[in-house]
Amino acid sequence: MVQSSKAGCARPTGGLVGQPQAPAQDQQAPSATKEATQMIHVGKQAPDFTAPAYHKGEFTAVKLSDYLGKWVVLCFYPGDFTFV
Amino acid sequence: MSVDSIFVHKMWNDHEISKMVEGGVPFPMLSDGGGKVGAAYGIYDAEAGVENRGRFIIDPDGLIQAYEVLTPPVGRHVAETLRQIQAYQYVRASKGTEATPSGWKPGKPTLKPGPALVGKVWEVWQTSMESD
Repeated sequence: MVQSSKAGCARPTGGLVGQPQAPAQDQQAPSATKEATQMIHVGKQAPDFTAPAYHKGEFTAVKLSDYLGKWVVLCFYPGDFTFV
Repeated sequence: MSVDSIFVHKMWNDHEISKMVEGGVPFPMLSDGGGKVGAAYGIYDAEAGVENRGRFIIDPDGLIQAYEVLTPPVGRHVAETLRQIQAYQYVRASKGTEATPSGWKPGKPTLKPGPALVGKVWEVWQTSMESD
């Protein structure tokens, strides 16, 4: 499910799966309305993504769709060293 | 998941969280630099450059069954998340024949939706069961 990633100086990045890399996301004003229409819906598919991760001493990569067949809680929070 | 890098995740886990939770964080700490994933889930605050407190329950088919979003100053109540997961697992196991009314937790009565229940909920569910 998760594989260890190579140690290195580059900061790994993730992103959405199955969608073209849209530079539009970095724009300021237009994206606000775009995000409002992109709000996810209950009962619908969760957007798939890959993300670099830290897990029990290892740097790994996580892909949401690898967890099909299990229950998943996905939690976002504003920042490390704050409360959750 | 936050916009912090995995390197910051490591420092936070190793130097603070592991002092509160034995063994540190038991699940993967994900990094979402730039907020691409958070934007897709509708909880990324592009102005502040951080994610709001979004919490999504995703079922074994990959469907979002529930979510909660809080702005940064207010924290979550994890017990309610666990209760919702238990309820969704119960309902899923019943293959849709049962539903969990307000205030349900494991061991409490469920409802069996159907014509016989219409107008009869008051017989099997009281408001006192909502928050006991």
